[in-house]
Amino acid sequence: MTINRTTGLSPLKARGDMLMDEPLIFERSSEGRPGVLPAAPDVPAVDARKFIPEKMLRDAIGGFPQVSEIDVVRHYTRLSQWNFGVDTGFYPLGSCTMKYNPKINEAAARLSGFSMLHPYAPEETAQGALQLMYELQEYLADISGMDAVTLQPSAGAHGELCGLLMIAAYFKGIGAMRHKIIIPDTAHGTNPASAHLAGFKVVPVKSEANGVLSAAAVEAAMDDDTAALMLTNPNTIGLFERNIKKIAAIVHKKGGLVYCDGANMNALMGLVKLGEIGVDVVQFNLHKTFSTPHGGGGPGSGPVGVKKSLEPLLPVPRIKKSGKKYSFAYDRPDSIGRMKAFYGNFSIMVRAYAYMRRMGKDGLKRASEIAILNANYIRERLKGHYQLAYDTPCMHESVFSDKLQQSNGVTTLDVAKRLIDYGYHPPTIYFPLVVHGSIMIEPTETETKETLDRFIDAMKAIAQEAKTSPELLKNAPASTRVGRVDETRAAREPILRWKPKTGI
Amino acid sequence: MPYIPHSEKEIREMLLAVGAASIEGLLSSMLPAGVRDKKGLKTLHEGISEQELSGALKGLAAKNSPAGELSCFLGAGAYNHYIPAAVDALISRSEFYTAYTPYQPEISQGTLQAIFEYQTLVCQLTAMDVSNASLYDGASAVAEAVLMARRITGRDKVYLSAALHPEYRETVRTYLKGAGDHVYDILFCTDKGTTLAGAVEKAVGDDPACLVIQHPNFFGSLEELEELAALIHRKKGLLIAVTNEGVSLGLLKPPGSSGVDIAVGDLQSFGNTIGFGGPYLGFMATRTEFIRQMPGRIIGQTVDKNGNRAFCLTFATREQHIRRERATSNICTNHGLCALAASIHLTSLGSAGLRELAALNVSKANYLKEKLSGVSGATPGFSSPVFNEFTIKLGGDVDLVLKGLLKKGVIAGVPLKRFYPQLANHLLVAATEMNSKDEIDRFSEELSKILT
Repeated sequence: MTINRTTGLSPLKARGDMLMDEPLIFERSSEGRPGVLPAAPDVPAVDARKFIPEKMLRDAIGGFPQVSEIDVVRHYTRLSQWNFGVDTGFYPLGSCTMKYNPKINEAAARLSGFSMLHPYAPEETAQGALQLMYELQEYLADISGMDAVTLQPSAGAHGELCGLLMIAAYFKGIGAMRHKIIIPDTAHGTNPASAHLAGFKVVPVKSEANGVLSAAAVEAAMDDDTAALMLTNPNTIGLFERNIKKIAAIVHKKGGLVYCDGANMNALMGLVKLGEIGVDVVQFNLHKTFSTPHGGGGPGSGPVGVKKSLEPLLPVPRIKKSGKKYSFAYDRPDSIGRMKAFYGNFSIMVRAYAYMRRMGKDGLKRASEIAILNANYIRERLKGHYQLAYDTPCMHESVFSDKLQQSNGVTTLDVAKRLIDYGYHPPTIYFPLVVHGSIMIEPTETETKETLDRFIDAMKAIAQEAKTSPELLKNAPASTRVGRVDETRAAREPILRWKPKTGI
Repeated sequence: MPYIPHSEKEIREMLLAVGAASIEGLLSSMLPAGVRDKKGLKTLHEGISEQELSGALKGLAAKNSPAGELSCFLGAGAYNHYIPAAVDALISRSEFYTAYTPYQPEISQGTLQAIFEYQTLVCQLTAMDVSNASLYDGASAVAEAVLMARRITGRDKVYLSAALHPEYRETVRTYLKGAGDHVYDILFCTDKGTTLAGAVEKAVGDDPACLVIQHPNFFGSLEELEELAALIHRKKGLLIAVTNEGVSLGLLKPPGSSGVDIAVGDLQSFGNTIGFGGPYLGFMATRTEFIRQMPGRIIGQTVDKNGNRAFCLTFATREQHIRRERATSNICTNHGLCALAASIHLTSLGSAGLRELAALNVSKANYLKEKLSGVSGATPGFSSPVFNEFTIKLGGDVDLVLKGLLKKGVIAGVPLKRFYPQLANHLLVAATEMNSKDEIDRFSEELSKILT
């Protein structure tokens, strides 16, 4: 099939499916076609040139879409049909916690009392929003065992940066700046990137053969120029860092702090409070643990919790409660400043708050327990069909590899693409980096046993196909709108935007 | 339990399969006794039904007085515009909003093509060559642009116009704490409310990394970008232009035609509600030559194995998951759904609608400006041309005036004294297509009553 480069459409022919072609919106454009036009002015319409010097004005934008409302609606409806979301099917993407995103959360975020509230509205007209934020901070502090929480960061990595900047400010504040952060080799890439951005030098430390950090390895790496150990717990292999208390004691003894990346907190709610086992700073990913949707790449929300000693350093503003009245507090001389304008991704906070109220304390604990049970069920039943990276019980996710498939010339990528043909989103692949060809499966608690059984059957069937007909895997996916995508070419011959054809 | 579908029987079967007698037994094999929490959750209560939750949330929302309920003339980086119904209908398609970052292109072509189109729209709006897939918000986008300018020039010194949104300036300072400070403010002209070339010339030394100018600036005033671009380029520094009222790009000469090197800001105005400050839509566009220094995701066009047009994430070697501490930024999750909302709004408007909307905003703001300037005791704060936002200087105590107006159902503007002590009597006021002539008239009448 060849696509017409001008219209983006394939030649007219009947198709065997309903996937349909859809050109770029620019290719649907027709000169002079009206869209959703603004209201007619009820004030005297003025010529902008009367108020703004002509040299500051632009001409009409060349190539900008001119499409009707139904063009727009059909275009984006069609695009949505080429996507796979949690509502489409099972999405066991490890370390991303793709749990169900409740619909009541969406309705709540759209209440006009929230969505139409201006960030600089007088505080007395925003008491409900402030109360919600205040209570959400309390819930998060409680779950993590921290003393204070900021809701300002926009995403997990933004929260990491916020936490690390506070750690830097802490050492600067006590007049003994430190320059290094210890990060295990299993860490997510954002950890070293955030540490670098906060001005630290990254010192990698290796996890043991059993997949967890040893106290001895941390002791050897720890010195009095090390500001903090930055670890993820449970780690990215899905194992609880069982030496955490001993490790934290080592770090604290040398005057350092412990940062925990809370990306995997879905395994800990109501079971372990990080603040009680030596963690000083932690970031939450509301778009993982607390059921807010991922949006095809955000927006998320990355609140940060800290222990008392770091509380004065939190970003401004803080939310203050006096009696029944809530207000913002800006006068915080030791604060690191701001991570963004205003207060954070408020509509995401509304969703997380709704989830937490609905679940309650027992529900959150149950969620972690069942997330762990689901992960172990998959681990146990796929064991032997795929190589387990570490043959021990796991927390909320388990890591396999393609070691058993390699003799058939089949790789993790092939298994992942074949899973699409069975109707599943692939797991996280080739991460963590410490496991060669890793396949990281996180089912979450919202999936039924029946869903897990069918997924397990599909994985087993693929393992069988890898032996008998590996070309099925090599050619996968066969069921999607496009076949395997040439990602190398995208980087080598970059086309990063549509451009109008010239000379037509 | 809500959202947890397991029956007791299924739990027993699953425990049997994993070889554990109970969930406690399973947990104890992984969690050492000393790490378990014994106290339980204190602040959270028992879970509630969806109906009770719905009531509780409506109760909280009802404690707020949103725009629409009150006449709201607030802007300052958060602009209330009419959002066509198609936007929410389409971003509510859960194939979009319940998907993750499009790591698997074969089942993410919807998100990928939509963001490729978004990148194109941003390039068209800004007249720049390339755009990324979005950043968090305007403030953090400026911080990222400043870091990018430092990498490109190999220089440290960053000059921010004092007429850049104060919270953006604060964000830049916070981000740069780890990278050695060297951030300097350039005073604005108290007559025009703009950043004068003379002031820049005086403040900037021989080795600037960049100059950051907001246009329209925080006071709503229009800046002379070309003159400032020529000046900073003579010193081999970069010009970063910041736009946080995206609608202005429908009418004003775009940054790419004004000598700007990196265009950033916030496109919340398109498709995203003011929502108490977030999530908004940070954008960044630049010239082709700087692409490898750009932070964030980028979508590229390519082909699938059959030669069909397809899209995927590209230039990943700049990013944290490949490059780790040597990445151009730590950003991972960005604001994809906000970018989708903006794209749907922009394509719904189309080129004519966008221009009309921008012109309508100019008409509304100038009508409001004339009305308020006619009130005895109120004068325009600055003399420069504006788009849809401006300052007024009040004869009376600003807090008392604001309180009086609020009683009459008018949120009049942002008092500037919190950000600029020297502008203690100034109020920042915005008007968009959402402000009717009636409410503008009422605003000026009530103001007149209070000031006399």
